[in-house]
Amino acid sequence: MALTAIGTVIALGLTACGGGGGTPAGTGGGTAAAGAKDAFNASLTSVWNPSTKKGGTVKMANPGTWDSLDPGDTYYGYSFNFIRLYGRALLMFKSAPGKDGNTLVPDLAESLGQASDDNKTWTYKLRTGVKYEDGTPVTSKDVAYAVSRAFDKEVLPHGPSYLNELLNWPKDYKGAFKEPDRDISSAIETPDDQTIVFHLKQPFGSFDYIVQMPMTMPVPKDKDTGTKYQEHVMSTGPYMFDTNEIGKSFSLKRNPNWDPATDPNRPALPDRYEVALNVNADDIDNRLISGDLQVEVSGVGMGQAALTRVLNDPALKERTDNPQLQRLWYVSIPPEVKPFDNIECRKAVQFAVDRTSVQRAWGGPLAGGDIATGMIPPSMDGYKQIALYDTPEGKGDVTKAKAALQACGQPNGFETNISYRAERPKEKAYAEALQQSLAKVGIKLTLKPFPQGDYFSLYAGKPAYVQENNIGLAVNGWGSDYPETYGFMQAIVDSRTIRDAGNYNLSVKIPEVDQLIDQIKGEADAAKRTELWSQVDQRVMEEAVTMPGVYARSLLMRGKGLTNVFVSDSQQMYDYVGLGVQ
Amino acid sequence: MTAPLDVSGTSSEAPPETVLEGASGKAIAGRSLGQIAWMRLKRDKVAMAGATVVVLLIVMALLAPLIVSWLGHPPDEFHEDLVDPNTGVPVGAWGGMSSDFLFGLEPSNGRDLFSRVVYGARISLLIAFLATILSVLIGTILGVVAGYFRGWVDTLISRAMDVFLAFPLLVFAIALVGAIPESAFGLTGDSLRIALLIFIIGFFNWPYIGRIIRGQTLSLREREFVDAARSLGARGPYIIFRELLPNLIAPVLIYSTLLIPSNILFEAALSFLGVGVRPPTPTWGGMLADAVRYYTIPHFTIFPGMAIFITVLAFNLFGDGLRDAFDPRSR
Repeated sequence: MALTAIGTVIALGLTACGGGGGTPAGTGGGTAAAGAKDAFNASLTSVWNPSTKKGGTVKMANPGTWDSLDPGDTYYGYSFNFIRLYGRALLMFKSAPGKDGNTLVPDLAESLGQASDDNKTWTYKLRTGVKYEDGTPVTSKDVAYAVSRAFDKEVLPHGPSYLNELLNWPKDYKGAFKEPDRDISSAIETPDDQTIVFHLKQPFGSFDYIVQMPMTMPVPKDKDTGTKYQEHVMSTGPYMFDTNEIGKSFSLKRNPNWDPATDPNRPALPDRYEVALNVNADDIDNRLISGDLQVEVSGVGMGQAALTRVLNDPALKERTDNPQLQRLWYVSIPPEVKPFDNIECRKAVQFAVDRTSVQRAWGGPLAGGDIATGMIPPSMDGYKQIALYDTPEGKGDVTKAKAALQACGQPNGFETNISYRAERPKEKAYAEALQQSLAKVGIKLTLKPFPQGDYFSLYAGKPAYVQENNIGLAVNGWGSDYPETYGFMQAIVDSRTIRDAGNYNLSVKIPEVDQLIDQIKGEADAAKRTELWSQVDQRVMEEAVTMPGVYARSLLMRGKGLTNVFVSDSQQMYDYVGLGVQ
Repeated sequence: MTAPLDVSGTSSEAPPETVLEGASGKAIAGRSLGQIAWMRLKRDKVAMAGATVVVLLIVMALLAPLIVSWLGHPPDEFHEDLVDPNTGVPVGAWGGMSSDFLFGLEPSNGRDLFSRVVYGARISLLIAFLATILSVLIGTILGVVAGYFRGWVDTLISRAMDVFLAFPLLVFAIALVGAIPESAFGLTGDSLRIALLIFIIGFFNWPYIGRIIRGQTLSLREREFVDAARSLGARGPYIIFRELLPNLIAPVLIYSTLLIPSNILFEAALSFLGVGVRPPTPTWGGMLADAVRYYTIPHFTIFPGMAIFITVLAFNLFGDGLRDAFDPRSR
């Protein structure tokens, strides 16, 4: 299964300068919305300023732009969150604060999927009475069409390819654009207008997590314009496009053909959404603080300049939330690169590293994240603290590291290289911090920046290159596509995913872990799966082939005048379905 | 060049006849062109100020370890306890400036900014000087050859200069530096990168000097003293080395002084774009690139920025003064 590094990575503080630096400090802090008290992290586990009042406009801005507004062609996390305003997939994540937001609920479908005994056939019944914005009823054939059009990665390149790989497509199928009349009943069947059946190649227990993604949002065949469909997506949700200038801005207005009776999940409070695109990130932060803007839609968190200001002003800090992301920054230690073929040398690195220094490099406990001890982030099943390489105050233990070096036969240390993505200042800071702490035990690191576009295809993700160029440590980061441990871990710890190039798993090749993963796939009991994932995590850390850095966090600011604000664990940012305005 | 003898020196205060006759009774010591230029330069206060700063910068670069051990901390040493862990901003006013940290600290990891600025001078000056020497060598040789031999040799070299001048140097440099292997030509790591930067900057800047030298040669080769040498049987190489080159030293010196600051800027630009010397080796351009993220903390931008500014200004002022001294008519 190919997991692509998802959109939350895009805007790592490369944008700066220009515009908006001139707002005087301290203005507009602390004026709480009427009836709600501002407090740090107020919307992480409960709804902040709850309200059922309808009307008003939510103003949003994006420092970049959508990969595409087309439900079959988008892969950014914030897009998955936002798209639920104008589209309905078979299932969706519940719009609820905290852990509750991790639950899947039926959306276009009446209930969660009905799986056959072997988990190879999944059936969904559609709700009746769901219509497009023009009044046409939605049928299961539209869902089938949407999935088969998204199959064509030449026309719609951005979206996830889970369904391409999971479903039993006919041989050499090219997608609905190129082969509109091909019989695809081996993959998808629509026995009637309200039923859709998916046939999988192999058993897959977490299929519900896949169909909550936007590629199952219905697309009417006669309105489909291929690459241009994103200019006018036919809405099935409570909002439809009013204006839409790709790359500049768009706005949503109420969809008159959306029937609340068919939709228990969406309060649909505001009348209107206005979204500006490609806005300077610092400008967005300043406007959020002043109240001119309510949501930074990409959810990456405040930039360095605003951060300094917000954290030094208690009134402003009260307006922020600091959610933990399902994202891990870590270092891979490929065991085929000498001297890391010896486990003691890998352990020496684990003991030598100053983890507080690593945390600072990522931006500190608030903007960076929490010190990680294992691979599974705390909000996911299977997480546990792993104490194998604990050192006093996390600052590294020179004695233990030296002992490990002795056992490795390199008592005076050794020289090796660390790779990172040149465009990312925080990865550079990470590499420099490691260089500093490892130097204390005589391990000399040379920094090797590589262009991020080719990082996995030509450099760190290519075993032959890694070995030839002695890349002993490789900075790596991973975020999940959906909040389920299998989806997060499989791509980075299963050795069978490793190919000649383009790998995200750079160092975990443990037969026992592979066996555990197979066991998890066949395990029906969720509690047992959780236990098995903990074992996987433990084994990976015992082999010391990865060195976890931080479980990432972001610092978000609640816009002025918003109601019903909360962060859900599935979105790891404000849930856009729940928002309202005063 | 013989013309500008009339301007300076106490001798010009005396009427020409007395000079010729030696009225004062003393023997008249002839002054070389260099002596005259030096005399003019000494009177140019701005140029001398520039020269002083240049000398100080060179001393600073050479003695960087000594200066840093005396006034600062090792340039790569982290001082994280002096930085706010949440915001990454140094604790204390003015970016943590104190008698201990003269320029304050770098955000996030708390490296000593003073030490890094001082060490940054080494890379900047080393690359700028060596690249300039390379440009001057190639430019002078090809310029003289083109100007002296004229004809197809001149056409060939002049067209080559046009090609080089039309080259998108910055883009090319980024591509080339990005693609270099870990070791080549018996060099590895940073020394290879420095060598490559010197080569790129030096090799592609020679036409600027080459054109000037060619023009000077074209006019010099028609002068009487060259004719005289030729009529006495002198051949190409002799004329070039004994007659032309000594007369070209002034323009070479002037334009190399003016090329150095532009090379410093070019190196800073490459470091800023992340294709210069690798971190954590401090470079001024690289520090500026890091500072962009922290633009609300001005000290981080100001010190490396001022270092580049002062260096470039000093070289330019000195170079201008030098040119005026050798050739006052160009004023």
